[in-house]
Amino acid sequence: MSTILSVRDLSVTFDVRRPGSWPWTPPNKLHAVSQMSFDLQAGQCLGVVGESGSGKSTLARAIVGTVPSAGGVIDFEGHDLAAMSPAQRRVHRRDVQMIFQDPLAALNPRMTVGEIIAEPLVTHEPGTSRTERKKRVQELMERVGLLPNLINRYPHEFSGGQCQRIGIARALIMKPKLLICDEPVSALDVSVQAQVVNLLMELQRDMGLSMIFIAHDLSVVKHISDQIIVMYLGRQMEMADAVTLTTRPEHPYSQALISSVPIPDPALEKARERPILEGELPSPLAPPSGCVFRTRCPKAQASCAGDLPVFKDLGQGHFVACPFHAAQDVLAVTA
Amino acid sequence: MSLLEIDNMRVTFTTADGDVNAVNGVSFGIDAGETLAVVGESGSGKSQTAFAAMGLLAKNGRATGEARFDGKDLLKMSLPEINKIRSKEIAMIFQDPMTSLNPYIRISEQMAEVLMLHKGMSKSDAIADSVKMLDAVKIPDARNRIRSFPHEFSGGMRQRIMIAMSLLCQPRLLIADEPTTALDVTVQAQIMQLLGEIRDEFGTAIILITHDLGVVAGFCDRTLVLYGGQIMEDGPTQTVFDNPSHPYTRGLLKAVPRLDRADAELLTIAGEPPDMSRLPQGCPFSPRCAQVQNTCASLRPELQGFGADRRRACLLPVEEVA
Repeated sequence: MSTILSVRDLSVTFDVRRPGSWPWTPPNKLHAVSQMSFDLQAGQCLGVVGESGSGKSTLARAIVGTVPSAGGVIDFEGHDLAAMSPAQRRVHRRDVQMIFQDPLAALNPRMTVGEIIAEPLVTHEPGTSRTERKKRVQELMERVGLLPNLINRYPHEFSGGQCQRIGIARALIMKPKLLICDEPVSALDVSVQAQVVNLLMELQRDMGLSMIFIAHDLSVVKHISDQIIVMYLGRQMEMADAVTLTTRPEHPYSQALISSVPIPDPALEKARERPILEGELPSPLAPPSGCVFRTRCPKAQASCAGDLPVFKDLGQGHFVACPFHAAQDVLAVTA
Repeated sequence: MSLLEIDNMRVTFTTADGDVNAVNGVSFGIDAGETLAVVGESGSGKSQTAFAAMGLLAKNGRATGEARFDGKDLLKMSLPEINKIRSKEIAMIFQDPMTSLNPYIRISEQMAEVLMLHKGMSKSDAIADSVKMLDAVKIPDARNRIRSFPHEFSGGMRQRIMIAMSLLCQPRLLIADEPTTALDVTVQAQIMQLLGEIRDEFGTAIILITHDLGVVAGFCDRTLVLYGGQIMEDGPTQTVFDNPSHPYTRGLLKAVPRLDRADAELLTIAGEPPDMSRLPQGCPFSPRCAQVQNTCASLRPELQGFGADRRRACLLPVEEVA
C-alpha cells in the first residue's frame, strides 16, 4: 500500500486583532491547527473527529489550500503542497477535491446543476467540447443517483440529500485521488444520511478514492473510516484504526468523547457507565500550557501543565498524546 | 387524567402554493412526571404539534382539534389566558438558544421578567431567584455572569440559561424542541444529564422533540414516532426499540450506524422526506416503504392499540413487519 498524503508538523494560524487595539500593534496569533502529523494510505479513509472549534475544518482547508499553512509539510504524492505557489498548486488541485456541510449553501443558486457539476471541467480542461462535457456530467449524475434529465434544474429545486449528491458529483468530475468531506451528512435527515454514507463508501471502493472524512458524529465516522484521528484545540490527541479507537481508546479525551455518544438501545444506554466531561473548550486564543486538554482532564497531574505531551507510538499505527494513557473499554456496561 | 391531552390535532398553513398540512390528526397524552419522546425527521410535524399547543404557530397557520391541559383546551384560550399558562405551567426550550434569547437584553432582565410577570415578585427578589436557578444549572459565577448579554456565553451555556429560564416558575410540563441538536456530543451529554436531574427533582413531565434516537434511548419512558404529520407508532421506549412494529421505525433504527456494532452496510430508507403539500391519500410513508402493499397508497391506516400500551398505524400485520 502506498502513502498518498503525508502531513508533517502542519500548523495553521490566524491573525486576530484585539478590538480597540492600535493599527500598528501586532495581532494575536490564533493557533487553529498545531503540529499535526499523519499519513493517509491510498484507497483508505481517514476520519477526523473533535468538538466544534477543534480545528477539523481548518485542517481540511489547509490540505485543499483554501487557507495558508503556517508551517509544516503537506506531501501529496511526493509534492509538498504547502511550499508551492498558488499557480504551482493549481496543477494538483484537480486531484484533491472537497465536499461541504451545507449542501445548498455550497452550490451557486444561479447556476444549473449541469453548470455546477461541469465547472471544474471548464476550469481544468478547457478544451473539452460541449457535448463531451454534457455526456460526462450526465454519466456522473446517474452514478451518484440523480436523474440525468434534471441537468437544467436549479439547486433550490432539490432536497438537501439531492443537493449533497450534486456536491459529490461536482467533486468527482475531475476524477480526484483524494476527496475531503467536511461534515457531509450533518445537515441531512437520518433516513437520507444513510443513503449518502453508503454512496460515499461505494464511490470510494469503485473509484479507488482516498478520503478524509470530517464529522462530529463519531458513529458515522467509525462506520466509514479505516483510521481515526481525535483532535482537541488544534492538536491531535490520539490516532488509531477505527475499531480500536472506538472500543478501546487510550487517551482520556477520546474516552470522554466516545462515552458521551448516545447509542440507540435503551437497555444499553441506561446501563452504561458515563463519565461526563465537565466544562467546555477553552479559548483557542489562550490555550492551556502543556497539554491543551488538562483543564478538563479527569487524569490531569501537575506535570501536565509543563511540557507538551509526546505523540507516542504504541505500535500498529496507534498513537496517543498522553503520558498517563491507559486503554479503557468505553462501551462496557456496568453490571 | 393526562396532564396534557392532544386530541385529533391538525395544523394547516396557508401558503401561496396552496395549503400545507403539517399535522394531520395527531392524538396523544402525557402524564405528570412522564418523559415522552416525539421522534421524526424534518417536516414530520413534531415541532408544529408543540407550537400549536402553545399557541406559537406562524400567522398563516391554524390548528384544529383539542389540546387539553388540566382539562382546559389550550387552542380555545384567549391570549391573556394562555399567557398565564405559558412559562408558568408549560415551558418550552428551543433548538437554537441564540435566537430565542433577546440579544439586546441582559440575562438578568430576561429572567427576572418571567418571575415579575407570573409571580409578581419585586425585581431584586426576581434576580436573586434567577441567580439561584443559574447556579442550579451549573453556570459558573452566576452572580456576576447574570449581568452579561446572551452573546457572551457559549452555545452550551446559552442552552443552560434557556433551561434555567424555563424552570423559574417550576412548570409541570417542559417541552424541549431539539434541545441538543446544535451542541457537541460532550455538551449534549451534560445537557441531557441536567434535564434528567430536573425531572427527578421536580417531577416535571418532559416532551422531548428530537430526531436523535440515541438521545431518546437513554432518556424517555415512551416514544412516539411521527411521519408526514401522523403518528406511525407509539409505545414504551424499550419495546419500540426492541420490537419496532412499523416499517418506518424499523428503517430508522437500522439507518443509523452504531458505535458498538460493526455493520457492513447501512440499510437505507429509499427516497426523500415527503412534500407536505402533496401527501399521498393513504399512508404517508407508503412511497418509501419497503413493504408496501397494493392498498397502502389509497387506504389510510388507522392508529390502533395493540400489545402492552402500544399503538401503530400500518396495514401490515405486526408479525410481518421485517
